[in-house]
Amino acid sequence: MTTLTEAPPKASEVLGAPKKKRNLLPYLLLAPGVLWLVVFFLIPIITAISASIQTGSLDMGFKVTWNWANYSSTFSTYNTEIIHSLIYSIACTVICLLLGYPLAYFIAFRGGKWKNLLMALVIAPAFTSFLIRTIAWETILSDHGTVVRIMIDLRITNLMDHLGLITGNHVLNSPFSVVFGMVYNFLPFTVLPLYTSLEKIDPRLHEAGRDLYCSGYRTWRYVTWPLSLPGVIAGTLLTFIPAVGDYVNAYMLGSPNTQVIGQVIENEALRDVFGYPIASAMGVILTFGTLLIVLAYVKKAGSEDLL
Amino acid sequence: MNTLEAVGDLRLTGLTKRFGSFTAVDDLDLTIPQGSFFALLGASGCGKTTTLRMVSGLEDPTAGRIYIGDTEVTSTKPYKRPVNTVFQNYALFPHLNIYDNVAFGLRRRGVKDVKKQVDDILALVELAHLAKRKPTQLSGGQQQRVAVARALINQPQVLLLDEPLGALDLKLRRQMQIELKRIQTEVGLTFVHVTHDQEEAMTMADTIAVMSAGRIEQLGSPEELYENPATTFVANFLGQSNLVAGTVTGKEDGVITVDTHGVRIALPESRSRVESGAVIVGVRPEKVELAAGNAAIESGRNALPGGVVTDASFIGVSTQYLVKMPWGQELSVFEQNTGKEIYRPGAEVTLHWDATQTFGLDGSQDIEAGAEIDDEAAK
Ligand SMILES: Nc1ncnc2c1ncn2[C@@H]1O[C@H](COP(=O)(O)OP(=O)(O)OP(=O)(O)O)[C@@H](O)[C@H]1O
Ligand SMILES: [Mg+2]
Repeated sequence: MTTLTEAPPKASEVLGAPKKKRNLLPYLLLAPGVLWLVVFFLIPIITAISASIQTGSLDMGFKVTWNWANYSSTFSTYNTEIIHSLIYSIACTVICLLLGYPLAYFIAFRGGKWKNLLMALVIAPAFTSFLIRTIAWETILSDHGTVVRIMIDLRITNLMDHLGLITGNHVLNSPFSVVFGMVYNFLPFTVLPLYTSLEKIDPRLHEAGRDLYCSGYRTWRYVTWPLSLPGVIAGTLLTFIPAVGDYVNAYMLGSPNTQVIGQVIENEALRDVFGYPIASAMGVILTFGTLLIVLAYVKKAGSEDLL
Repeated sequence: MNTLEAVGDLRLTGLTKRFGSFTAVDDLDLTIPQGSFFALLGASGCGKTTTLRMVSGLEDPTAGRIYIGDTEVTSTKPYKRPVNTVFQNYALFPHLNIYDNVAFGLRRRGVKDVKKQVDDILALVELAHLAKRKPTQLSGGQQQRVAVARALINQPQVLLLDEPLGALDLKLRRQMQIELKRIQTEVGLTFVHVTHDQEEAMTMADTIAVMSAGRIEQLGSPEELYENPATTFVANFLGQSNLVAGTVTGKEDGVITVDTHGVRIALPESRSRVESGAVIVGVRPEKVELAAGNAAIESGRNALPGGVVTDASFIGVSTQYLVKMPWGQELSVFEQNTGKEIYRPGAEVTLHWDATQTFGLDGSQDIEAGAEIDDEAAK
């Protein structure tokens, strides 16, 4: 075979000195986005960080006193809530993945002409307000509702009580109902990116896998799964990030024993003006804690197979 | 390299595939000898891919059986068959580099130390230096060789190639044909090569099966198929033919006499598919010569007088003529450039050729069958 090792001369060499004419258009196009980020992201973050290290009183006013003690006291006072947020959001992300992957797989490869309709159905609940849907679950899962009665009859409540997911026959106001609500609300965020990456996979690659000694499971394991990893990463992130900061589900479907970071921030900020530094510290912890977890996860997921 | 498992021919009996009421492959009986380079040639949509998919197990036959040697594999799962495929679009795994793509089959079969085998096969297809690249970073021809290597490394008893060269340009295609043929000779496996390029089939294969509408029209060596086509489809699809309708008028000493448009033509009995009634006589364009006007033609040659040259293209080694016959049909003639006179359009000529080069086909067929398809495929 002939090889083409000689590279063609670069355009700049042919045309003489490269023209150094600045093109402003890309910067103009970027400007609105950058402005948005500065006004609605950078300034609030800086404000929150600065508020988190202030001390003061109503008469004297608040000053930045580099009072890092706000952080340590936040950690010690609210460690249960931090742990709750982490456990609930991780549980929600894992359950969403376990439920969402088969669903997305089925729609992508078996959906046929129903594909788009099925995906529309997955997203459909999002057309109603998040709040209203969560309130609806409050009613559905209430003690005298049909759902709970059936669960009691089938002794499911009994089992869940033993596992510590609920207390007695009360399904509502338990860790179970909180995570349940979160899964319900965030499932589409998992399914959508998963579907997109699965749908892109050429079915002929599956045939190549089967031709090369893969059973159905092994074709999934060695062909489909690695090719769907970008979707898995995107889907879990899109679920985890809002889930870790979510407090609507814990507020509506939980109890004082299931409080999460979001509720702490709200309570502190609403308590009185002295709560601001604590609420800010909590917000900063949440923001940067999430960022750290996400970065570690992406690094790990990007470097090797997750299995 | 030699095959691991017992030797065996690939045998298809009564193989049929229906999609709803449409029959894609129709009662196919075929034996492909071990170690041969077999080409399945046919127009688009005639059922070639479907046949291969049934052999590889990716499609279930509606009826019929598939044997490799003495083992029936008709309902064996694809991953358990000693068969591998080079797919029409290569289907390389985009998440794996070339090395891992090639090692894929061995690893799935639990082979622990794959390095030597992978290195060897990459050397065979001359891609060792690209082992760390991803498939998207390769040219079409290189991807094609990876696809061959990925299938070949498993030493299947049968290697199926589904138009592997279809996406390549002409020059690269010729190069890859030679390379594939070399590899096949080197490893001695059975290759079943699907193509709709008749030249490709002829240069590569020991045996060609010409397929049309789910059936095998004719099977044989390239020479047999070219010199003695069995049907008008084969005559037109494989190269070009001049086919003229006629009627058998007599037979003596192994020579059949045919009347075509009032002209008497001699046809060797051994090369005729019919002995009486309607017949189609054929002759390949390169066997025909031209003579000016109504010149007398020596005996032992068939002559068709009264033609008028309508087109003459001089292409150096030969001149290709189109000659309009008195009954309206246009015949083609390829005359080699031996220094003879070149006839201009409008010239009156007589076509003549060695009578033993004439073949005869069943007169009840469509005389044009396969001709249009070949034009399409040549584009
Ligand atoms: N899954 C299917 N459902 C219905 N019809 C099909 C299916 N697969 C193939 N066919 C039909 O069967 C016929 C044969 O198809 P096949 O793919 O075997 O053709 P081919 O000879 O490989 O053609 P090409 O040269 O274009 O690749 C075609 O008419 C095709 O439309
Ligand atoms: Mg095909």
